Amino acid sequence: MDTETQTFAGAFQRFGQWKETDGSEARTAGAPEGENTIDIQGLNVYIQDKQILKDVTLQLFDRKITCIIGPSGCGKTTLLRSINRMIDTTEHVRVEGNVIVDGENIYGPKAEITHIRKKIGLLSQRPTPLPMSIYDNIAFGCRIHGTRNKKKLDAIVEQYLRATGLWDEVKDRLHNPASGLSIGQQQRLCLARGLAVEPQFILADESTSALDPVSSKHIEDLFLQLRERYGIIMVTHTLRQALRIADYVVFMYLGEVIEKGPADVLFNHPQHELTKQYLSGVFS
Amino acid sequence: MAVPLLKKRLAKDRCARSVMLALTVLSLLLLVAMGVGLYLKSEMILDRYSLWTLLTTSDWKPLKGSFGFLPFIASTLAVTALSILIALPISLLTALYLSEYAHSWTKRVVFPVLDILAGIPSVVYGVWGTLIIVPWIADALGPHFVDYTSGYTVLASGIVLGVMILPVLVSLFIEIFTIVPQDYRDAAASLGATKWQVCRKVILRKSLPGIIAAVVLAISKAFGETIAVLMVCGNSASIPHSLFDPCYPLPALIANNYGEMLSLPLYESALMFAAFILFFIILVFNFASRLLLRRVEKRYKL
Amino acid sequence: MKFFADKFFRALMVLSMLIVFAFLGSILITILKNGWPAMSWDMVTQLPGGGFYIGKEGGVLNAIVGSLYIVGASTVLGLLASIPIVFFINIYLKKESRLASFVRLSFDVLYGIPSIVYGAFAFTIMIFFGLRTSLLGGIIVITLLIIPIFVRSMDEVARQLPKDLLDATYSLGATRFEAIKVAIRQILPGIATATLLSIGRAIGDAAGVMFTAGFTDSIPTSLDQPAATLPLSIFFQLSSPTPEVRERAYASALLLTLIVLVLSIIGRMITYRFSKNKIK
Repeated sequence: MDTETQTFAGAFQRFGQWKETDGSEARTAGAPEGENTIDIQGLNVYIQDKQILKDVTLQLFDRKITCIIGPSGCGKTTLLRSINRMIDTTEHVRVEGNVIVDGENIYGPKAEITHIRKKIGLLSQRPTPLPMSIYDNIAFGCRIHGTRNKKKLDAIVEQYLRATGLWDEVKDRLHNPASGLSIGQQQRLCLARGLAVEPQFILADESTSALDPVSSKHIEDLFLQLRERYGIIMVTHTLRQALRIADYVVFMYLGEVIEKGPADVLFNHPQHELTKQYLSGVFS
Repeated sequence: MAVPLLKKRLAKDRCARSVMLALTVLSLLLLVAMGVGLYLKSEMILDRYSLWTLLTTSDWKPLKGSFGFLPFIASTLAVTALSILIALPISLLTALYLSEYAHSWTKRVVFPVLDILAGIPSVVYGVWGTLIIVPWIADALGPHFVDYTSGYTVLASGIVLGVMILPVLVSLFIEIFTIVPQDYRDAAASLGATKWQVCRKVILRKSLPGIIAAVVLAISKAFGETIAVLMVCGNSASIPHSLFDPCYPLPALIANNYGEMLSLPLYESALMFAAFILFFIILVFNFASRLLLRRVEKRYKL
Repeated sequence: MKFFADKFFRALMVLSMLIVFAFLGSILITILKNGWPAMSWDMVTQLPGGGFYIGKEGGVLNAIVGSLYIVGASTVLGLLASIPIVFFINIYLKKESRLASFVRLSFDVLYGIPSIVYGAFAFTIMIFFGLRTSLLGGIIVITLLIIPIFVRSMDEVARQLPKDLLDATYSLGATRFEAIKVAIRQILPGIATATLLSIGRAIGDAAGVMFTAGFTDSIPTSLDQPAATLPLSIFFQLSSPTPEVRERAYASALLLTLIVLVLSIIGRMITYRFSKNKIK
C-alpha cells in the first residue's frame, strides 16, 4: 500500500491536479482555485443485502474526462448512478458514505435530489429521447428549472443543438417527434438535453455502446470538446475508448476501486496485478 | 430567484403526492365501505334468523317471513360452474391454437375481433340467449332428455354465461402465452418435442399462474352477471336438480325484486344480505386465489 | 404415438376455434337479423310515445340520451379519480412497494365485484342521504363502477413505462410530479384506448343503474330526475307481451352493440395513429 501511494504521488505531482483523497489535508491542498470536484468518501452500496460497492473513495475533477473501467458486474454503473443519486430509483438499495459536491454532501439529510441531478447530468446507455418533439426535448429541462421565455428557449435550443452538432441536421424539423431521429442523433439529442440544464458534470454510462462506430466517434469527439467546460465521468467497456479520451482512469473489480490515476500512468505502468491482467486481456 | 423556484416546485410535488395518496386511500375505503354498508343493511335479517338457517333452508316466501337462500346459492354455483366448464377448455384450446399454431396474420385479425366481442354488453348476450339458446333447448335438445322444459334453464344460463366469458378468456390466455419466452419453445422443440408436447409441457406449465388469474377473473364475471342470466334462467326459487330445471341465481334475485323490497324492511334486508353474500364470496375468492397464485409461483419458480 | 396426439389436439384446437367464432358470429347475426327490420329513424330520434310499450309510435331517444349523460359524466369523474391513482402507484411508489401491490390487489377485488352489488350499495347510500332514483344516482354508481376498470386497464399501460425514460427525466432534475408530464405523453394513446374500452363496458352495464337511475320516458333536465338507460330499456321492452315492442328491443340491442363497437374501433385507431411521440 505504501509503495503504491508513493508511485501515485509521483504521478500526481506530474499532473498537478490529482490528489490522494484519504487525508483531509491533501484534499484541500492541491486543488486549483475555483476548481469543482466530486469527493466520494467511503461509499458502500448494498442492493438486496448484497454489497455492490465496497468502501469507494475517489475524487473526480471538473474539466477532465475520467473513465471508469472494469469487468462486467464490478459496480461501475452503480458507482455512476450513486454520484447523482439516480441510485435512489433502484429497489432495496442502501447507501453508506458521503459524496460531496460543491461542499455539500448529497447523501446528507438536507440534500435535495432534483437540485443535485440538475448539477450532475446522466447520459444513459441507450438513447432515451422524451416522448415529445426535438425542440421540447431540450426545452423540457429548462422549463422545469424556470426558463419559460420563448425567445430564451429558442436560443438555448439552438445553442445546445449546435454544441452537439445536430443543428444543421434537424433545424428544419424541430417540432417533429424526437423518436424519428436515428439512434446516433437521438443520443446526441439526449446529450444536448442534458447540457441545456447547465450541469457541472456529465455522467455517461457506456453511452456509445448502443451506437454504430461513426455515431460513437461523434459522441467521443463531443466529449473531448465538452471537456473544456464540464467534468465528464464515463463508464466504458472498451479499453480502447478509455485509451483514446481519458484523462484519468479508475479501475474497478468486484465493487472495489483497485487502481486509479492519470490515464497514461495507469495504462503504461499499472501497479496492481489485477489491473495488469485486465489491461493485457487475461479477463474482461 | 432559483431557491424560491425550487421550493415552489418541491411544494407542488409534495402537494400532488398528498392529493394522489388521498384519492388512492379514499378509493380503497370504497371496498371497506361497501362491505360495512351491506353488512349493516343485512343485520336486521341476521338478527331475526341464524346465518345457518338462512344459508341452508330452501323455503323462499318473503311475504310470509321465510327466507331460505339455498336455492339461489345453489343456482349461482351451478350456473357459474357450468359456464366455466363450457368456456375453459374451448378458450384454452383456441388460445393455444392462435398463439402457437396460427399464422401471425390470423392473430392480427383475430385479436382485435376478440377484443371487440369481449366488449359486447351482457344484455345483448341475454337477447341472443332468449332468441337462440332458449328455443333450441326447449325444442331440440330438451325433448331428448326430459318430458318438458321451457328452455329457461340452468343449461341456458350456463351456455349464455360461458359464451359471454369466452372472448375475455381467449384474449387473456393469448396474452399470457405470448409472455412465455421463445427460447423455451426452441429448447423443447430442439429436443424433438412435437408442438403439442411443447404446448402441454412448456406453455401450459409455464403460464399456469396466469391461467389461474384469468380463470379467477372469468369466474368473478360469471358469478356476478345479472341481466343476461336474469333473461334466460327461468327465475324459479327452487333448487335445480338437473340442467333442464329453471334456476334463480342471487344477482337475478336482487334485480328482480328491487322494486318491491322497499315495502317491507325485512325483505329489503334480505336482498341486501344477498348482495352481501355476493360481495363476501368475491372478496374471499379473490384473496384465496391470490394466495394460491403465490404458492404456485413459488412451487414452479416462475 | 406422439404424432397422433399432436394431430388429435390440433384438430381439437381448430374445432374449439370454430366453436368460438360460430358462437360469436351467431350473436352478431342474430342481433343484426332481428334488430335491423325494426330499426328506423324514429328509433333514434323520438321519445317513446304514449302507446310505445303496446307497439305504437316512438323511439328510445330517452334511453340513448340517458345512457350518454350517465356514461359521459361518469367517465369524466372516473378519469379525474383514476388517473392520479394510476400515476401515484406507478411514479410515486416503487415497483415492489407493498402499498402498491396492496392497492393493485384491492382494485382487482373491486373490479371483480358484480355491478349489482355496486347498485345495491349505492342504493343504500342514496336512501341514507334521502336521494331518490335519479340521474345523479346513476352517475354515482357508474362512476364507482368505472374507477376500478379505469385503474386496472391504465395500470396495465403505465406499468410498461420504460424505466430508462423515467431515469432520463429524473436525471434532468425533474421532480416526480414533473416526470408525470413526460410519462403521460408516453402512455396517452394507451390511456385513451383504455378509456374508450371502459366506456364500452360501462354503457352496457344494466344491473348497476337498475336501482339507482330508475327509468323514465322523458329526457332528464336536472340531476334529481330519473334517467332511462339503453340496457334497461332493452330489458323492459323485451319483457313486453307485444311482438312489435320486442322487435324494438332487438333494434335497441343492435344500437347498443353498434355504439360499443364504434367506441372500441375508435380506441384501436387511436392506439395505431397517435403513437408518434411514443418511444419504443
